Amino acid sequence: MNTITLSFIDWLIILVYFAAVIGIGWYLKRFMGTKEDFFEAGRRNSAWVAGIAFVSANLGALEILGWTGGTMKYGMFVSHFYWIGAIPAMLFLGVYMMPFYYSSKIHSIPGYLLLRFDEKTRILNAASFAVMTVLMSGINLYLMALVFYVILGWDLNMSIWLSAAVIGVYITFGGLLSAIFTEILQFFLIWFGLFLVSVLGIIELGGLDNILSTLPERMSGLWSTAANAGDNGMGVTWVGIALGLGFVLSFGYWTTDFLLVQRAFSAKDLDSARKTPIYASFFKMALPFIVVIGGLVAWKLQDLGQLQLLAHPVSGEAWNDTALPVLIARYFPAGLVGLGITALLAGFMAGQAGNVSAFNTVFTYDIYRPLFKKDASDAHLILVGRITTIAGVFLSILTAYAAMRFNTIMDYIQAIFSWVNAPLFATMLLGMFWARCTSAGAFWGLILGMASSFTMFIGINFKWINSSFLTFSENPSDMSNNLWRAWWAWLICFIATIVISYCTKPKPKEELVGLVKGLTAEKIHIEQPWYRKPEFIAIIALAVAVALNIYFW
Amino acid sequence: MSEKKEGLKTIWYLVGIVVTAMGALVLLASIIDVFISAPAKTVLAELRPGLWWGAIMLITGLIFLFTNKGKVVK
Repeated sequence: MNTITLSFIDWLIILVYFAAVIGIGWYLKRFMGTKEDFFEAGRRNSAWVAGIAFVSANLGALEILGWTGGTMKYGMFVSHFYWIGAIPAMLFLGVYMMPFYYSSKIHSIPGYLLLRFDEKTRILNAASFAVMTVLMSGINLYLMALVFYVILGWDLNMSIWLSAAVIGVYITFGGLLSAIFTEILQFFLIWFGLFLVSVLGIIELGGLDNILSTLPERMSGLWSTAANAGDNGMGVTWVGIALGLGFVLSFGYWTTDFLLVQRAFSAKDLDSARKTPIYASFFKMALPFIVVIGGLVAWKLQDLGQLQLLAHPVSGEAWNDTALPVLIARYFPAGLVGLGITALLAGFMAGQAGNVSAFNTVFTYDIYRPLFKKDASDAHLILVGRITTIAGVFLSILTAYAAMRFNTIMDYIQAIFSWVNAPLFATMLLGMFWARCTSAGAFWGLILGMASSFTMFIGINFKWINSSFLTFSENPSDMSNNLWRAWWAWLICFIATIVISYCTKPKPKEELVGLVKGLTAEKIHIEQPWYRKPEFIAIIALAVAVALNIYFW
Repeated sequence: MSEKKEGLKTIWYLVGIVVTAMGALVLLASIIDVFISAPAKTVLAELRPGLWWGAIMLITGLIFLFTNKGKVVK
């Protein structure tokens, strides 16, 4: 069944990786003196370290394999998820939102909601985020085991327990700093281990232009096929891309998901924290050179009859997510195979570790401390953080086994992202930029937004709601449904929050200083040359993103 | 951060160690392929991707290692 056989040196490379991550955790353990050390990596990282960790926290193998396979279906359209679906939101976070997050000295996104609104809004967000992260970690674990079972024949149980144990050990030892260090390692391994696949694919197929020029029209463009939903593989128009992906899902994910923002909190000062997502945006923009080109190479080879995808072990159908491992087997000799497999392994494990480290912080700071022990000491909180890490790993394992038994559960869990993040972005936007927004407005707006997203998801899945009504499209794809559902959930939360805010009493303005734009003294500019200012670097990043969109129009 | 007896080594140094080790192993595997065992049967094997990619990794790793040797995070 498996297509890749590992040599002794390949195993040795995998062993070096495991030894490195456990060694890093062990090494960092001695530097975990205070709760800031454990949960915020001591707030000592440079913008480069935090920036690479920021983009790596999103760079799980699930994402790489999924979108390489997705490119075989949607073509160049997948680049939207890396460019318009990421870059504007990352730059907005760095330029406008980070000063409020970082300066208020909060430990988490729910922590901001407490200061800006109230305890119940904080607990609502913390609980939904904690559930989301642990479930996502479990899905990641299950898919990792499934991928390695298919391509290498590794036992599912062994993959799940071994990787979970390693993650549990190094996060328990070194907290967020361990997660960040291994994410940076993962970043280098992914580029060294997977970029060569695209290079060799381009060489074999006679150049990138040759690949692009032979693609069918529905796969070849970014915007040229976005006028009508039927013209592109994703079945969505430019309006859906711009509103659903470019605005709501993207901003909801990149600016409010604590798993990512936590990396910026680890920066040594406000300037570095602001530059964190801005630097990360350059790395994010470059990823289609692995993911999309890899997918196009796989599609072209399949079209020529020279590549066969592996079958999904449950459905038995050709599994697009195996495109990248199949290309690794095609191009990589002994040694490089070990590197490619290690890159995937690192991607999966760092994805889980990111979820577990965000889970332990939110649970400890936003659920345990306010509800059970308000006056907890640093040592006590670190102990709770370590216990929570182990509990989070076990819950991930349980989720992985649940996903194994009930495969459809994964669709529901993955949809949680849009239930939680899309409405939350409306709450954060109003909270940061509109002083009249009240605690009651935020809480009930969030509840209505999350409930409406959930209702739409269930309604479409069980055919109670005609999705054409929501998507303005005759035959919307699942992706189109997701993008439009996110937009409606955001809009419902946004309008409900405004209406309820006008009916309820706002906080006095003096309580909102430092939390709302317009009430806060602008102390974000430090003395540095113009070309090093976050705003200037953000303009460069935006210009590059626009240029890429025009080039691949 | 609390007082420590030794400084925290930079992540770039640790990346240097791992990339050097892996680059050396990839290079070694490729050299074994070229001089000892039968050539690999992968597509484009004639380009010897392991040889030059392993060398690039090894050099990159060594640069990280030596430029960050002795540096600690303040």
